[in-house]
Amino acid sequence: MLKRTALHQIHLAAGARMVDFGGWEMPLHYGSQIEEHHAVRRDAGVFDVSHMRVVDIAWADARAFLRQLLTADIERRGPDRAMYSCMLNERGGVLDDLIVYRWGDDPTRFRAILNAATAERDLQWMDALVSNRGLRVECRPRPDLAIVALQGPNSAAVLSRAQPQLAARAVPLEGFHSVHTDAAFVARTGYTGEDGFEIVVPGEKAAGLWRSLTASGARACGLGARDTLRLEAGLLLHGQDIDETVTPLESGLGWTVDLDSDRSFIGRTALERQRASGPLRQLLGLKLLDKGVLRTHQTVSTEHGEGQITSGSFSPTLQASIALARLPAPVRPGDTVTAQLRAGPASARVVKPRFVRHGRPLI
Amino acid sequence: MRVPPELKYTDSHEWVRWESDGSATVGITDFAQESLGDLVFVELPQVGRTLKAGEASAVVESVKAASDVYAPIAGEVVAVNQALADKPELINSDAFSAWLFRLRPLEAGLQARLLDATQYSNNIAQHK
Repeated sequence: MLKRTALHQIHLAAGARMVDFGGWEMPLHYGSQIEEHHAVRRDAGVFDVSHMRVVDIAWADARAFLRQLLTADIERRGPDRAMYSCMLNERGGVLDDLIVYRWGDDPTRFRAILNAATAERDLQWMDALVSNRGLRVECRPRPDLAIVALQGPNSAAVLSRAQPQLAARAVPLEGFHSVHTDAAFVARTGYTGEDGFEIVVPGEKAAGLWRSLTASGARACGLGARDTLRLEAGLLLHGQDIDETVTPLESGLGWTVDLDSDRSFIGRTALERQRASGPLRQLLGLKLLDKGVLRTHQTVSTEHGEGQITSGSFSPTLQASIALARLPAPVRPGDTVTAQLRAGPASARVVKPRFVRHGRPLI
Repeated sequence: MRVPPELKYTDSHEWVRWESDGSATVGITDFAQESLGDLVFVELPQVGRTLKAGEASAVVESVKAASDVYAPIAGEVVAVNQALADKPELINSDAFSAWLFRLRPLEAGLQARLLDATQYSNNIAQHK
């Protein structure tokens, strides 16, 4: 039996095509994935992402706990800041990537949002760290909360019309900042490469919030559009582009890893070893030069050896096929490589893995 | 879901229209296009190629996935719908007018092996 979010009935009534997404019954699209994609690039769209797991992390050692758990350092982030980070195993493999939010300037309260497919394992890992090190920390999963992502250049205008009181607190937020109000937790974060808000509310309030946003001009968007949007933005998907068999240094996520301070976090030793020897692989972008579509798991041949596509699709903004690919370390942007498509070999150009941001092509 | 009564169908969601000159026009059904989602690429067979019944003869790719199109009957490809190369989305807007290719059948009496509209409707009802 698939799990359902608080917005299930709304999706059905809107004619969503529902699919199994990591054990959750989620909307893939509401008619046209491509039109939903364009709505987010040009106007505003709203996504139900309640399958992701909110976890509240609190108590006296909460900050010390996060400094051991994550590659990035929460202590270096100011009040109300959001921090993207990796959670590693001892070998430096990526167990999950997540955003942690500070709760005002409280050093004992934080909120994390975990990927749906990894949430249970993450929580076990977190609980094990707490008990092994004898920390005074409570990690409380919040399945009672729903998450709605409002994304697109007109997000602030939509939010102001739909939820004026909430917007008064949320619209002034800078990127990667958040605010708690009586009604909701709102962060200026997202997974599309556009401006927007991620709004966390009690499940019973989700339908009202959703209706107000769609009535104020946001288009209902499914996880299909979310995937092409995040791919164009060069944002990684755990389970595809990264997993516990690769490190952040091999995945374009070196910027999330703090090796400068003497802070000891799980996986640090493995990363230092890898940094000293130089990673053998890297994650780069591909743009297909021939006709066809790059797909996940296809082989890529380069003059430095073989690689593999980790996420491939058609880019509605660029009107061409693009991909993220794990390639041998010597490959450089500008190189031409050969992808083994379904129909046979095809040429692709290696690019920096950031294809579109704020509605504009970058390649 | 549209299933025009005058067409024939396959289990793999192709439709076939028998033309007055004896050739057979082939496309994918409304059910198929809706399952695939927005189409972004169509690869058509070469004109002159001879296809066996059930042979993978074209590829339709949506944002989500790629899918083979199988030859419903054995035949020689006598025409392809080049308009789809630039506008694969024509299949999404009307799957039964956006044909993919036309075959000259290699043997007679093949119609009987295909599904009629009622049989095909029953088939897709079971997918839901």
